[in-house]
Amino acid sequence: MKRKKRIATVSLAGCFGCHMSLLDMDEHILELMELAEFDRSPLTDFKTFSRRCDIGVIEGGCCNEENVHTLQEFRKHCDVLVAVGQCAIMGGLPVMRNAIMHSKDPLRECLEEAYSSSAKVYNPSNQIPNDAALPLLLDKVYTCAEVVKIDYQIPGCPPSGEVLWATLAALIKGEPAPQEYHMIKYD
Amino acid sequence: MNLDKPKTRIVEIEPVTRVEGHGKVTIHLDDDNNVAEARLHIVEFRGFERFIRGRLLWEAPVIVQRLCGICPVSHHIAAAKAMDVIVGADALPPTAEKMRRLMHYGQVMQSNVLHFFHLSSPDLLFGFDAPRGKRNIFNVIKEFPDLAKQGVLMRKYGQEVILHTAGKKIHGTGAIPGGINKNLSLQERDLLLQDIEQMKVWAKGAVDVAKRYTLEHLSQVEQFANFNSSHLSLVREDGALDLYHGGLRATDAAGNIIFDHVDYQDFNDYIMEEVRPWSYMKFPFIKSRGALDGWYRVGPLSRLNNVAFIDTPLANAEHKEFRALTHNKPNHMSLAYHWARMIEVLHCVEKIHELLLDPDLQGADLRVSGERREEGVGVIEAPRGSLFHHYKVDKNDQITYCNLIVSTTHNNNGMNRAVTDVAKKYLGGKKRITEGMLNHVEVAVRAYDPCLSCATHALGQMPLTVELFDADGALIHSNSQHMGQDIPPD
Repeated sequence: MKRKKRIATVSLAGCFGCHMSLLDMDEHILELMELAEFDRSPLTDFKTFSRRCDIGVIEGGCCNEENVHTLQEFRKHCDVLVAVGQCAIMGGLPVMRNAIMHSKDPLRECLEEAYSSSAKVYNPSNQIPNDAALPLLLDKVYTCAEVVKIDYQIPGCPPSGEVLWATLAALIKGEPAPQEYHMIKYD
Repeated sequence: MNLDKPKTRIVEIEPVTRVEGHGKVTIHLDDDNNVAEARLHIVEFRGFERFIRGRLLWEAPVIVQRLCGICPVSHHIAAAKAMDVIVGADALPPTAEKMRRLMHYGQVMQSNVLHFFHLSSPDLLFGFDAPRGKRNIFNVIKEFPDLAKQGVLMRKYGQEVILHTAGKKIHGTGAIPGGINKNLSLQERDLLLQDIEQMKVWAKGAVDVAKRYTLEHLSQVEQFANFNSSHLSLVREDGALDLYHGGLRATDAAGNIIFDHVDYQDFNDYIMEEVRPWSYMKFPFIKSRGALDGWYRVGPLSRLNNVAFIDTPLANAEHKEFRALTHNKPNHMSLAYHWARMIEVLHCVEKIHELLLDPDLQGADLRVSGERREEGVGVIEAPRGSLFHHYKVDKNDQITYCNLIVSTTHNNNGMNRAVTDVAKKYLGGKKRITEGMLNHVEVAVRAYDPCLSCATHALGQMPLTVELFDADGALIHSNSQHMGQDIPPD
């Protein structure tokens, strides 16, 4: 019997909306289970790759060192990498941080806005969170293709469950991914 | 114990799975391997409150929902409600308010169902110690196909309600400052009415599953992350549950009122956020009680503790039963969140039904405006609890200030208590930490249905790591779930 294809998924600097859209394939999830099994994914308890995977689905871009590391792990352990959604492909909402008008250090400004003492924030030591447990933030937000080679892109914020199902089903069966105009939306 | 001393042992869980987003827990052990404290760290940061500045006010409801793909409608509506205040829309046309309510009930329904069936049910159905490969929705589909299918189709229904009110299942555009951009056509109404009775039956069934779990495992539920706290939520004027609008009510651990029917435009007089260096997620507290004792919880458990009744009959009957378990005193059990969450699903289905039969949804009066203001606060009861959006806007309609306190942030202290409690009970004093024990910590975090995507308005996701320290800084056990491991060949 042919083995089932293995899929791994991850959300980097995204909002989880693409994973929600994956679940929006609704009843097709039952069909997908016939064709494939999920390995490393926030939907399972596999926190690392237990086996080499056929398809890696990436949501979100890279905003900190951990995102970069995770993305490199996906490249290493997956045959095909699919960047899903605007954040993975173009950075999405998080890249608004990259260019704040008249600011030489947008990241610092964002941190000060959120944490510096004010009438509304109780921060007696006026410290911005800096614990060793917190990973290093990157100077700016990077798209996935800036970090590793990406094989397929599915645009949309997020792409619909229908498009995700059609694309995954095609990739699993070794067929070309759908390219119909109405399915590919940069919204 | 001085937690700054670098003398500890570490075990990590990373990332925590089956929650929305990532986080990290460090557990500090003393010489005898007993747990002194555990911390839930939020390790990423997005800076949303800064980069929204300069955007136009009408953009806010569209942009902010991109904070979160799990409950985008909550951010969408909270921002729109704040902008209602700014554009002077003090009372929305009935069509607008009811369309927003319909959208929101669809949202709470789908999010609560998603959390229960897709993320948490594996723990409840297979046990906290079940093998890692078994604990996921795909295995629930395999072993409990009928139940899993109900979960999938109930979530689908909630998403369909959102589709027909916001134009899109995730990141739609229904609410606008002062109103809504469409009404509900008769065709859309009839389509949604087709399945409503079935949803009611299944929602009732879901309450039964959660209730049965709680009652059959009561001794465990009572011991697992059960601790006193205050509770915060909106309540309707008459004390009823209202997920869309109301005044702020806070009650203490015994159920006494701390403040009540507070106009949320003034929330800054009552709530403040503390910054701690080890997490990007702040720690809100009730000002009158101070940073140390003023912490509280929010969400389904807090709401059902705070409200006097529910204005839909089936959910109200369930609420009475829920309250009876703790003799009408506040229920503080973290695992009871699941039961409360399913009662809210039933309430949402009843509300959706009520609204679908209301001809106001076909009205043509969609938007109002009035005296322009420069500042506004929008609050809504999101699936995970009270969600605060606060904006200031200049005369050019550009946003000059934004502060968001999301539901998961309100629960920051509660979740920290929960992981500490569970770590103490299940990991403390043990020489070897098993994967099943670590899952107990995750089960505690999961009970809160944390949305860590929202929590810091983060750039991305927050891996959850459990670090187990001893007094000498040695690794107690390297059962790390994220550390490098060999990948078996195909």
